[in-house]
Amino acid sequence: MAVKSYIDAIREAMDLALEKDDDVIIFGEDVGKNGGVFRATDGLQAKYGEDRVFNTPLAESGIGGMAIGLTTQNYRPIMEIQFFGFLFEVMDSIAGQMARNRFRFNGTRSMPIVVRSPYGGGTKTPEMHADNLEGMVAQIPGIRVVMPANPADAKGLLLSSIASNDPVVFLENLHLYRSLKGEVPEGYYTTPLDKAAIAREGDYISIISYGGGVPVALKAAEELSKNGISAEVLDLRTVSPLDIQSIGETVAKTGRVVVVQEAQRMAGVGAAVMSEISERFILSLKAPIGRVAAPDSVYPFGQAENDWMIKSDDVVAKVMEVVNYD
Amino acid sequence: MADITATNKQILDFNYQLTAQADSFPTLSVLDNTGKIVDNEAFERAELSNDDLINILKRMILSRQLDIRSTKLAKQGRFGFFAPTAGQEASQMASSYAFTDDDWLMPGYRDIPQIVMKGWPIWKAILWSRGHVLGNVYTTEDDKPVNSWMPQIIIGAQYVEAAGIGLGLKKRKKNAVVYAYTGDGGTSQGDFYEGINFAGAYHANAVFFVQNNGYAISTPRAVQTAAPHLAAKGWAAGLPSLVVDGNDPIAVYLASKEARSWAVNGNGPVLIETITNRLEAHSTAGDDPLRYRTKDDIEEWWEKEPLIRMRKLLQDQGIWNEKQEDDYVKEVNQLIDDQIKIADNVDKQKISNFIKNTLEVPSQAMKEQIAKFESEGK
Ligand SMILES: Cc1ncc(C[n+]2csc(CCOP(=O)(O)OP(=O)(O)O)c2C)c(N)n1
Repeated sequence: MAVKSYIDAIREAMDLALEKDDDVIIFGEDVGKNGGVFRATDGLQAKYGEDRVFNTPLAESGIGGMAIGLTTQNYRPIMEIQFFGFLFEVMDSIAGQMARNRFRFNGTRSMPIVVRSPYGGGTKTPEMHADNLEGMVAQIPGIRVVMPANPADAKGLLLSSIASNDPVVFLENLHLYRSLKGEVPEGYYTTPLDKAAIAREGDYISIISYGGGVPVALKAAEELSKNGISAEVLDLRTVSPLDIQSIGETVAKTGRVVVVQEAQRMAGVGAAVMSEISERFILSLKAPIGRVAAPDSVYPFGQAENDWMIKSDDVVAKVMEVVNYD
Repeated sequence: MADITATNKQILDFNYQLTAQADSFPTLSVLDNTGKIVDNEAFERAELSNDDLINILKRMILSRQLDIRSTKLAKQGRFGFFAPTAGQEASQMASSYAFTDDDWLMPGYRDIPQIVMKGWPIWKAILWSRGHVLGNVYTTEDDKPVNSWMPQIIIGAQYVEAAGIGLGLKKRKKNAVVYAYTGDGGTSQGDFYEGINFAGAYHANAVFFVQNNGYAISTPRAVQTAAPHLAAKGWAAGLPSLVVDGNDPIAVYLASKEARSWAVNGNGPVLIETITNRLEAHSTAGDDPLRYRTKDDIEEWWEKEPLIRMRKLLQDQGIWNEKQEDDYVKEVNQLIDDQIKIADNVDKQKISNFIKNTLEVPSQAMKEQIAKFESEGK
């Protein structure tokens, strides 16, 4: 297997999907000649032509609405929102329209759309670019929210998302784009949606995370192992709907849990995981569930990101708190 | 077969419709590419004194120097995000020269020079660019409020907000207007249409600028819309709408001055499209213009850039020379050096402050977080 960056794995998935299925098309701001501002679609327009990979006018709402319309002609749109901070401009298309259409049409129409977007901080973008808004979309019924944490998953999950007849918000961690490399299987393969994965085995405590939180959790687990604490890291991969079964299995195994998210404490996914655990698996718990999240401020200005964002030390400290509960 | 009336024939003549649209917006122009006055009456109507002419040129030079220095510093990692302005000095500096301190500015991320002209110190501009919250405090060095909002990142948002400011100014019977800037790409956003439409419907005190600089990142103007003129979008909202040579400082100033006086007198907003060009990258964050445009195209536009014209005009009038320019460039660079030092010495931002500033009345969880960060000195 070749070692590839997270963004190369994403590009490869789109390349394979375009090759496999003529109905797949890609559009968004600057995805054509420029290959997107991060080069995620680099070379795809040159290879597949402007009919299949094209720039749109600068309007996220237009991009989302157009994707919905194109599904009536049996296209499978992959639309790019340049930064997830611009989610609000396209929120009606995502939350008000595409997420509801299967239901509204009594199951007679589907929405095979992938909304790709970079999210998360740590790269000192100007304000309003980086943001962890996954909780907002994860709370909308009718849509999947997929957040890969490594290159192999990024490719397999994106191919599954493109093949899915349900709309998927596919969030790419912008800090990991080039900083994270890993082995990626060759050719076309899919990684199942709605299925968490054990990123690291352990038996004393479970650290449950997703997306950009996973490398932070893995680093913490590494530290903890030096102190003789064996931490299991569960990578949710799909944050909506949650893989409750896998969550239950790891809780049953370790009896101790820390939930880790990059988003602000009040913002969603971690809270949903904790409430599922308390409702279903509370008797497996030996200690209260710990949580590591960013502070409840508006997303910080670039220069302060380092202080604001969660770190593996925060995870280690929280794990020790849970471990020392008794 | 029955014939239809000439009027109905014209209505149904789609080709005619397209030509009519294309022909409806002649370009306002006072100087040619070499700085020669091509419309003397328009020049007179601008009523620019020699001091005004020198001031406009000086503002444009300051903007250019700030651009050169910022780009350099950004490359060294000392500046932060920066959107180059070279080529757009007339669109930015000659337009803003027509407004007063009481007028409200709604800038986009590329419109830093206009805010500086309102008295926002350059060191704050540097902090904004570096992602420091003190860059968003809009006061002058001696603590006077600056009537400007932050350089807007969400494209189009400033237009809808400008409609609100313009309506507020009208309702309060202020002798002031709001002036807002976006780019050619920005005219595709829903907010753009909503902003001009609301402002028009309420006859708000507003002047809207579209700096048509040819590109929205890599997307050329032609992909943005089939409309032959972006100004035509103003007609849809019932606004007087102008196309101006955006590299011609005198034409831009004249259009802006007349638009302001129309709007401040309660007649409603005006839309001005300035045809200009972005001579450099979209931003200093890794954009390579040669991926989507040619060297020749860029070079051609360098020949039409506004500083050449303004400098030549003033030299021809005998009120400017090379020595004056050299001296002023030195003065500006010294100023920028001093301002960088101030920016470098500003205290680090505190996470506890971020949480304190998120809500006036913090939640229990926020209070706990504030205490935790304060105990860590963060
Ligand atoms: C709502 C929103 N969508 C996308 C972006 C990303 N973006 C920043 S600048 C830009 C192009 C803007 O082009 P234009 O309006 O022509 O202004 P110019 O940069 O040419 O001055 C894009 C797509 C953004 N900042 N906000």
